Amino acid sequence: MKKRLTMGKRRKLVSWLFILPATLLIAGMSFYPMIKAFLLSFTKGFGKTSEFVGTYNYQRLFQDSLFKTSLGNTFIYLILQVPLMLLLALILASLLNNPKIKCKGLFRTMIFLPCATSLVSYSIIFRSMFALDGFANSVLMNLNMISRPINWLGEIWPARIIIVLAITWRWTGYNMIFYLSGLQNIDPQVYEAARIDGASVSQQFRKITIPLLRPIILLTAIMSTNGTLQLFDETKNLTNGGPANMTISISQYIYKLSFEYSPQFGYAATISFIVFLLVAVLSFLQMKVGDKRD
Amino acid sequence: MTKAKIKYFFAYAFLIIVSFISIFPLLWMLISATNTSLDVIRGKMSFGTAIVDNFKQLIQTTQIGQALINSFRNAASLTIISLIVCSLAGYAFEIYHDKWKDGVMKLLLLSMMVPFAATMIPLFTWFGKMNLINTTAGFMLPSISTAFLIFLFRQSSRNFPYEIVEAARIEGMSEIRIFTRIFVPIMKPTYAAAITVTFMNAWNSYLWPLVILQDKKSQTMPILISNLISGYTINYGVLMLAVSISTLPTIIIFFLLQKNFAEGITGAVK
Repeated sequence: MKKRLTMGKRRKLVSWLFILPATLLIAGMSFYPMIKAFLLSFTKGFGKTSEFVGTYNYQRLFQDSLFKTSLGNTFIYLILQVPLMLLLALILASLLNNPKIKCKGLFRTMIFLPCATSLVSYSIIFRSMFALDGFANSVLMNLNMISRPINWLGEIWPARIIIVLAITWRWTGYNMIFYLSGLQNIDPQVYEAARIDGASVSQQFRKITIPLLRPIILLTAIMSTNGTLQLFDETKNLTNGGPANMTISISQYIYKLSFEYSPQFGYAATISFIVFLLVAVLSFLQMKVGDKRD
Repeated sequence: MTKAKIKYFFAYAFLIIVSFISIFPLLWMLISATNTSLDVIRGKMSFGTAIVDNFKQLIQTTQIGQALINSFRNAASLTIISLIVCSLAGYAFEIYHDKWKDGVMKLLLLSMMVPFAATMIPLFTWFGKMNLINTTAGFMLPSISTAFLIFLFRQSSRNFPYEIVEAARIEGMSEIRIFTRIFVPIMKPTYAAAITVTFMNAWNSYLWPLVILQDKKSQTMPILISNLISGYTINYGVLMLAVSISTLPTIIIFFLLQKNFAEGITGAVK
């Protein structure tokens, strides 16, 4: 006869059973492949022909100009886009938190709406609007503001700027929602007192809103940085990395190396491991800076 | 005008401009879906009558019906399984918490740092060996369990009164029944939030389907519309109709469940 488990032990067993599927799936679908990718980065070829090449792939990074371009592009997007978007989201959130502003719900819904579109959809909408024969050019030509269509997505810097603006369009409302939910926890009397003391709007913004929202700003900064480092859908569908790979992102380069060129899984895994390191290091740095107390 | 009035004038002007920019591309998408490609190129900004022709051409040149079915099947299956697995774990991490489970939870949160680009290649070769290419299971497996959802359910379980669990145990209810019969009904708002976020993410996912769903028969909406721009001449009316069809379900969900959606993305923070 089986020994009956006591209530406590039984409960303990059940609790681990509840956790097991979720834990195993994350271990198997995230940690295990991450380790595999790390091991793969020391090899060349695949399947039965794969061979150990030591740090060859890592040395190759330094000579690979396309890798440098993709890394540089990702940082351009990061430096231009993340601060612009977070500042805009902060301003919008603090305006919509002002009790005297009317139609808040309507404004919030409209600004939040871009989040309902998929990354592929909005990339294609922006691509069509800024195509050579697209909407932007025809409007500007009709208004006689330009005499010849501008090749927005065919020139390096205009294409990069359009990518930055498109990402900002899609994600500003998303970040604004985080700030709005954070602002709800700030007592309106704090602002009232500041007003009575004669603090201007920009002083209130700098001395109250930003310091009190710091943990949430940190969180959104980490999320946005993480997202930008993994940028793929936008560059693939807006410019397909062009012109001449000058707008390509790191993730798109990894995809090309794995599935568009003749497969180089080892080298692609090497670059993906660099992305992992960048995510880890930048998150750590932001936590260091963001957590500092005055 | 007084100084205060000028201030509010600028505040409203700014909000109106940003709101307009936010909805304009979507409005343009809908308008373009009803116009011929030539009208779209000319910059026509009013609804047209070409929507039926665009629709006919879309059905003739693409397998949009199949893609819609695939997208719905994949996103719905993933949402259901993901919610069961993650809510059960989130609940257990909070209700039965001890130092071991807290440790496991911290470890799981680290997975948020793992970029998908890094796990994609090993997953692809592994799934190839297991014959999961072009299958719903292959699409779902990497995103069923996410630290984000587990964390969301763990945080909301904090508000779940523990006395109820104890009372139910005295009544002789089993642990799993306490979860299914008491926790799930009470936590409906959290489930609604989790469903909107998970369904939208699944519906919109692109990189992994691009890798794992290579067969035309298993392609989803994002891949279908992405393929439409690969030709030399693009029919903008047809393209925007396809983009509209792909976007409409998530826009409807957004308007119906906006509050839940907002809670879903910010919920784990609180």
